Amino acid sequence: MTELERHSYDVLVIGAGGAGLRAAIAAHEGGARTAVVCKSLLGKAHTVMAEGGIAAAMGNVWPDDNWQVHFRDTMRGGKMLNNWRMAQLHAQEAPARVEELEEYGALFDRTPDGLISQRDFGGHRYARLAHVGDRTGLEMIRTLQQRVVALGIDVYMECTITRLLTDGTGEDSNGTNRGNIAGAFGYWRETGRFVCFEAPAVILATGGIGKSFKVTSNSWEYSGDGHALAARVGATLLNMEFIQFHPTGMVWPPSVRGILVTESVRGDGGILKNKDGKRFMFDYIPEFFKADTADTEAEADRWYEDKKNNRRPPELLPRDEVARAINAEVKAGRGSPAGGAYLDIASRRTPEYINKRLPSMYHQFKELADVDITKEPMEVGPTCHYIMGGVEVNADTQAAVVPGLYAAGEVGGGMHGSNRLGGNSLGDLLVFGQRAGHYAAEYAKSTTAKIADGQIEVAAAEATAPFDREGGDNPYALHAELQATMNELVGIIRDADEMNEALARLQGFKQRAKNLTVTGNRQFNPGWHLAIDLKNMLLCSEMVAVAAIERKESRGGHTRNDYPVADKYWGTQNIVLSEKDGTVSFKLQPLPVMPDDLKILFEEPK
Amino acid sequence: MTTTVSSNNPKAIQPDVDKSKSFTANFKVWRGDSSGGELVDYSVEVNEGEVVLDIIFRIQAEQANDMAVRWNCKAGKCGSCSAEINGRPALQCMTRMSSLPPGETVVVTPLRTFPVMRDLVTDVKFNYEKAKQIPAFRPRPRDADGKYRMAQIDVERGQEFRKCIECWMCQNVCHVIRDHEENKPSFSGPRFFIRLAELDMHPLDTNDRKVIAQEKHGLGMCNITKCCTEVCPEHIKITDNGIIPLKERVADRKYDPLFQIFGRNHRKH
Repeated sequence: MTELERHSYDVLVIGAGGAGLRAAIAAHEGGARTAVVCKSLLGKAHTVMAEGGIAAAMGNVWPDDNWQVHFRDTMRGGKMLNNWRMAQLHAQEAPARVEELEEYGALFDRTPDGLISQRDFGGHRYARLAHVGDRTGLEMIRTLQQRVVALGIDVYMECTITRLLTDGTGEDSNGTNRGNIAGAFGYWRETGRFVCFEAPAVILATGGIGKSFKVTSNSWEYSGDGHALAARVGATLLNMEFIQFHPTGMVWPPSVRGILVTESVRGDGGILKNKDGKRFMFDYIPEFFKADTADTEAEADRWYEDKKNNRRPPELLPRDEVARAINAEVKAGRGSPAGGAYLDIASRRTPEYINKRLPSMYHQFKELADVDITKEPMEVGPTCHYIMGGVEVNADTQAAVVPGLYAAGEVGGGMHGSNRLGGNSLGDLLVFGQRAGHYAAEYAKSTTAKIADGQIEVAAAEATAPFDREGGDNPYALHAELQATMNELVGIIRDADEMNEALARLQGFKQRAKNLTVTGNRQFNPGWHLAIDLKNMLLCSEMVAVAAIERKESRGGHTRNDYPVADKYWGTQNIVLSEKDGTVSFKLQPLPVMPDDLKILFEEPK
Repeated sequence: MTTTVSSNNPKAIQPDVDKSKSFTANFKVWRGDSSGGELVDYSVEVNEGEVVLDIIFRIQAEQANDMAVRWNCKAGKCGSCSAEINGRPALQCMTRMSSLPPGETVVVTPLRTFPVMRDLVTDVKFNYEKAKQIPAFRPRPRDADGKYRMAQIDVERGQEFRKCIECWMCQNVCHVIRDHEENKPSFSGPRFFIRLAELDMHPLDTNDRKVIAQEKHGLGMCNITKCCTEVCPEHIKITDNGIIPLKERVADRKYDPLFQIFGRNHRKH
């Protein structure tokens, strides 16, 4: 091979969203030589699109709030399938992580007495989302980005990792030997030239898999890279069937379908109506949440001001419930003209209030749909937003089963159970990014790993293969087919026959993906980049379908027509997936059992 | 492409694109790299409600698989897809086709101030290098109870600047560097002037950046033509709220003997 660019670090972080940057800061502070690699420019990660806020029980607005209440909300939102320890750590540590951001220069909105303001969100008993208007993700990413720059951490921008490298001490799979992590291999997007990183510890912070779905709020980077990289070196993945369809994405015009409409609209007083003007969420309150949810409009409206004596509006049920309700209304023929529901804040709050709290949403609807949200309702519908499933990790350290491999943020599994609450993602990024960085640095101190011979050659040949073929599929066309298949057959409501059909098609796509052809050269060539990313999307999609077929119940982000209720047995089981030589397999694994002192929290009288 | 339509999922219930409102547009897109390039013609379908980036995607998928373009969020929140559309800097994802003159060819070219990498992608490294030269935030100690307290009115000044999505369009139109490569080493540009202003107005910050703003970042070279403000997709009043107050603060520091006595709050703007 010609001159290969090589770099050596203690800890390599893949991904520069909230989790990746926070992990890099922690690893650096832990004394490790740290670098971050990201597919985009620094500061463009998907975290930038997060709007609502960071859930943390700081008690600035409601002194009654504390970590136990937040923990309970998180577990109930996840339909009790969460890894209890991760949910506990998250609830305990989120406040400190948020306050740390202020030390890095973040400017949150304030309460009248000068503390960080906190807003209401679905599934949270108290207003607890630290926020900046409705552009909290931008504030978070910029703050962390500026901190990373201030600390002088190396950042490799527009560089894509295609393979993790090992010391070769493990079993043979995918053309090389697995083993302990020894580094990563990738290419510069600008030149197409290869680059190799030697590092005994690698932290995956690559986000989710949304680009496998047609209607999604996710950016092009969400191709499941981390999930796939981890699986290919022998890591296990947890509960990939749980995908959150955010209830409110834009539905019109068609070209913007899927773009996120923040839950803050509902948190700040917006309500959902069908085409007849009926506030329909009252018809969709599940038994599980009846005790916490208002059953009259009057009570729901009082709750914003008086949380002690009133229950939450049904619009603020967890996201899975709201998404299913909108879907059902549309299916019953009561949807808006573009096939969604109406989200109305105009008739309930003043233009001044709306502009102050939701400037970003105002701008988005004005520019993209010609809708003035201070005067008329928005049309919204479900959009693929987040995957609860991910790499199986140790709750405290975020270590995957492969020595030296860590995963933080959306790519990690377990924290959110079957459904994530709004605001718990940004908290998750900070809490587990910090933990992953800290423990990876510690691991790297006492470890050296040498990349096994031959691995780099295999990785290089695999990456350039699409250029050596002619007459194969166009990656864009295959991607469009994959997106349509996942959206329609493994979407928000699922059936065995449809999912089996999807799985059959995925096998066909997998064969076609082996023969993709790309035109042009290696210099900043999106067709080539997509051909590489597609392999990751296909593996993730297959894992989603396999797990979804297996889980014969409805729970959180996994809803089945043929098994419409939650099942007690399945409530104790995780589906653990793995990959070897391109074949996906799974096993069932009992959920870790919560200790008694935490169980008590779920028995308290309300 | 044939897919069975599932009755479970919204796709089956949502109306498809109303093709009666579609039309064919002519696009000229700059294709090339650092060694040179040219405008290439594409004839492409446009559907109701689409933005320029949708059209670029369609060209990419159907006619030019290797056309390079940067994008991320497609919702005007990340600032990745800046380009010059009919000669005006704009985000491709927020430029609706219906806002362009009907029937006229749409010309899409890369940002002119930065070196081309390929097609619509430019090398914006300049900005990331300048970012490293800004003295970092240095907060005062926390209050006795471990909290920081700031009034909403005090954070709002800085928040305006923190809305910046780093699309680099203000940097692109700033004439100090747009046609003057030689000014780049000594001039950081409007994005970094508002970054300096933001830090200078930050209620907790203790670092003084006035001298460095003038001497290292070239604040004095800005002669307030407001081009940057005009193109800001976040509608930040870069000149009026950022650059001018910063210039005044620098001038205060330079010429005001009373500064020694009254300190940094001598003049509130």
